[in-house]
Amino acid sequence: MTTVSTRKDRPGASLSSISAGRRIKDRTVQALVYLAFGLALVPLLSVLWTVVVNGAKRFDLTFFQYSMNAVSGNDAGGGAYHAIIGTLEQVVITSLIAVPIAVLTAIYLVEYAGNGRLGKVISFTVDVMTGIPSIVAGLFVLALWLLTFGFDFSGFAGALALTILMIPTVVRASEEMLKLVPNELREAAYALGVPRWRTVLLVVLPTALTGMITGIMLAVARVMGETAPLLLTIFFTKAINENAFSGPQGSLPTFIWEQAKDPNQNSIDRAWTGALVLILIIMLLNLAARFVAGRRRPAGR
Amino acid sequence: MTSETGVEAGAEARVGARHRATGARMSTGRAGDRIFAGAARGSGITVLAIVVAIGAFLVWKAIPALQDNQANFLTTEEWNPNAAEPRFGIAQLAFGTVMSSLLAMLIATPVAIGIALFISFYSPRRLASGLGYVVDLLAAVPSIVYGLWGLAFLSKHMEGISDFLNGVLGWIPLFGGDSPGKNSIFTAAVVLAIMILPIISSISREVFLQVPQSHVEASLALGATRWEMIRMSVLPYGRSGMIGASMLGLGRAMGETIAVAMVLTFVPGINWHILENGGSTFAANIANSFDEASTTGRGALIASGLVLFVITLVVNMAARAVVARRKEFA
Repeated sequence: MTTVSTRKDRPGASLSSISAGRRIKDRTVQALVYLAFGLALVPLLSVLWTVVVNGAKRFDLTFFQYSMNAVSGNDAGGGAYHAIIGTLEQVVITSLIAVPIAVLTAIYLVEYAGNGRLGKVISFTVDVMTGIPSIVAGLFVLALWLLTFGFDFSGFAGALALTILMIPTVVRASEEMLKLVPNELREAAYALGVPRWRTVLLVVLPTALTGMITGIMLAVARVMGETAPLLLTIFFTKAINENAFSGPQGSLPTFIWEQAKDPNQNSIDRAWTGALVLILIIMLLNLAARFVAGRRRPAGR
Repeated sequence: MTSETGVEAGAEARVGARHRATGARMSTGRAGDRIFAGAARGSGITVLAIVVAIGAFLVWKAIPALQDNQANFLTTEEWNPNAAEPRFGIAQLAFGTVMSSLLAMLIATPVAIGIALFISFYSPRRLASGLGYVVDLLAAVPSIVYGLWGLAFLSKHMEGISDFLNGVLGWIPLFGGDSPGKNSIFTAAVVLAIMILPIISSISREVFLQVPQSHVEASLALGATRWEMIRMSVLPYGRSGMIGASMLGLGRAMGETIAVAMVLTFVPGINWHILENGGSTFAANIANSFDEASTTGRGALIASGLVLFVITLVVNMAARAVVARRKEFA
């Protein structure tokens, strides 16, 4: 510490002195790098600030208790009850379908596939799936579920589209966690004569569980904010539809989309409050995921 | 491993498979093992089947609309699939998609790499993971919220910036035009840039973490300043990783729908003046035209979605190949 300060006091005197040009370059880059980080904070803070300020106006009980049924864009009042119900139902259905498939796929990739060809193909497929634009997932469900099988728009169709977006994230997160489980645990179980499936279920999975739960919660949070696929699959309704399996259903993202397109100030206020509610739920999920991850780190780290 | 010929790799896989098969026979005999392994394998195959089905169904449902199309699908700019004589083409959509996401990538990459450098080498060690989390929060904000913010807040401020750019750089055709507006491809690109910042910076950070500590220490020991250390040992090592990261960001930007759909005002025709209002992208067009689409209209939208799917697939695969190549040399 002291040597550094003396060097600064007498520039050019010590062996490690740096020429002015090099020092200026170094400082310039340092300033640019700090600036880059600052630049990233500007939109984040601006988004959060505008959403909180604009969303607070309609953040009242009516918003959570009423739907938009028989409320026109010009009217004050109205709420997002139908949308919140819809989003929660869709996300639960999505998780119920996506999590088992994704976790089992991750187990296959880590525990069973080894170096085999099928494992490589599936791993590649998961990469492909990660890059699928969300609107394409919506188009696929539209082409398959609605146009080919002839079903109507429904919350379930939306959940199917979200499933496609959720699977790859959960597979990758679970894979990472399963890989962290030390091999000694598996070998110890095998040595005790425990069959493979019980080893995976009772030894490997519990060890990786917290990390996987974190990954699943982050995936849920990500999927919850998706709008594009829902536009094509759940369509729009202003009324409360508690049955996710029949008829168009509301959802928070499509609620925001619909209200924001209406030029009336009352609608735009509702859109902002919808955004605030959505962000609150997503941030809560993110924080909870952090909390779970921080409480118990998986073994072997 | 990777340098082996395909024959050897195949042989190794077969041997491995036999090992596993014998191992399974030894340990099982129990139904539980077979069921569980089957379920895991089945799920993997389900994932595979989903991706194959996506391609197949998009093609199948796009074909009738493409057959009805009275215009060239690739070179036509207009989008009128609902007319009695449907005419539609992807030229304008492809232009808008490529232009907005390329711009977004160009804006985001330097900033994202700066952020990654800041977190990896400049910030206090104890704060690093917290700061990384803050940047990741940008990714947690849903795109619909970015769209709302872009429409109500950012576009107002972009008007001045666009005017300024038009005034100073107007002699470059791209920034030219008579009436710079706020709902332009440029504004969309800025929103997209913000949205792809986190993915580029987090992958770059991962790459920087893998730079051998010995390289860093060696350059510092030779008296390099922090920047010289970064320029000579970190950046060369991480180059392909950073390229791959920005390409993954490009793929993400191309598929982004709602934020772009909200920010852009649709004006027909390709407009090279990116500061003027107008333009559309594949994804935004699908979101905006779906409500009023007829049967042919839906088919046309599916066809354009198929093109988007293929383009993003190519970009993402190329990005992953670039990132993977780095791993080989590492």
